Amino acid sequence: MLGDRVSATSAHAETHAEPVRDPILDRKYPPVTALCMVSLALIVIGGIYLSAHLPQHVPLGPAIGLLVASAALFGVNVFLLARVRDFAWDRFFEVGKWSLLAYAIIGAMIEYAFVRNHVGGGALVVLTLSLAVFAVHVPTLVGFTVARYYDPEDELQAPSGPNGDHQ
Amino acid sequence: MGAALVLVIVAIAVNNTWLLMFVHVAGGAAWTIIDLFLGLVLGPIMGRMSIPARVEFTTKLMPKVLLIMPTVVMMTLAGGWQLGTKLGTVLTGNPLHGWVVASFIVVGVMSVLALGLLEPANIAVLVELKKRRPKPQVIEHLMKRFIYCAGILGIMQVATLVIMTKLGAG
Repeated sequence: MLGDRVSATSAHAETHAEPVRDPILDRKYPPVTALCMVSLALIVIGGIYLSAHLPQHVPLGPAIGLLVASAALFGVNVFLLARVRDFAWDRFFEVGKWSLLAYAIIGAMIEYAFVRNHVGGGALVVLTLSLAVFAVHVPTLVGFTVARYYDPEDELQAPSGPNGDHQ
Repeated sequence: MGAALVLVIVAIAVNNTWLLMFVHVAGGAAWTIIDLFLGLVLGPIMGRMSIPARVEFTTKLMPKVLLIMPTVVMMTLAGGWQLGTKLGTVLTGNPLHGWVVASFIVVGVMSVLALGLLEPANIAVLVELKKRRPKPQVIEHLMKRFIYCAGILGIMQVATLVIMTKLGAG
């Protein structure tokens, strides 16, 4: 059982007098999560602004401004993350690609709803681009959160058993 | 989850007011109650548990939360939007439109927290638990996000109750 294994590991850790802090937790990263949260918030505000006006005419200026700001912040975030040395990119893409698939499907369903509801012109373009920006945020956050706690030592310690227990 | 998805699709396809109301209210009530129960009841209890006990409890709870929450959120939002379209409350000329926009804002805040902080942490915890030797310190570190978010989510859920009862009262 997973819980039993965690308990056993915890109990083992607690038998040692001094708590040993895992070096994985002390690795320094750029503020990827914080920047992604702000960027995600900007795109959500744009979505709220547009959906509060639809199906009537929407002045697109504020939504375009929020979209550009969100995309720019996301670009900065990717740039900062790309400069991190020894980042577990394999892990990042392994998890991120499935999350991206899920959010691409969700985004496509929302897009379909807009088209079905006769949203068109500039509003549809801004909404589509906003959905695209939204759809890459969560996979980035999921991939980063998983990859930052990746420890190559885990792979070395885990022998591949007949049950395919390790990953 | 499959049954809930079918129910939402049927409710939207037949566009029946009662069925849409049922999907929206059932999903929304479950979402609010679970959020408040986790944040205000289980959260403080977990905070007083020993770290191994907390990690073990989380291990059992997390997979269920990861399945239940997207289901109830999907039911609430999809049913709610269709209901708003049918009743006309999503139109700017409707006298209740301001309350509907307020509900968009509340959902927006909750979705940024859920998608930006909680979902990545949920998945990272599950990945950690799949390892041969899961690290309690990593799980504990990730679980701090839930404690930080609980208060905000609680306030948002109370705001949801105020908005939805106002919309219901007309």
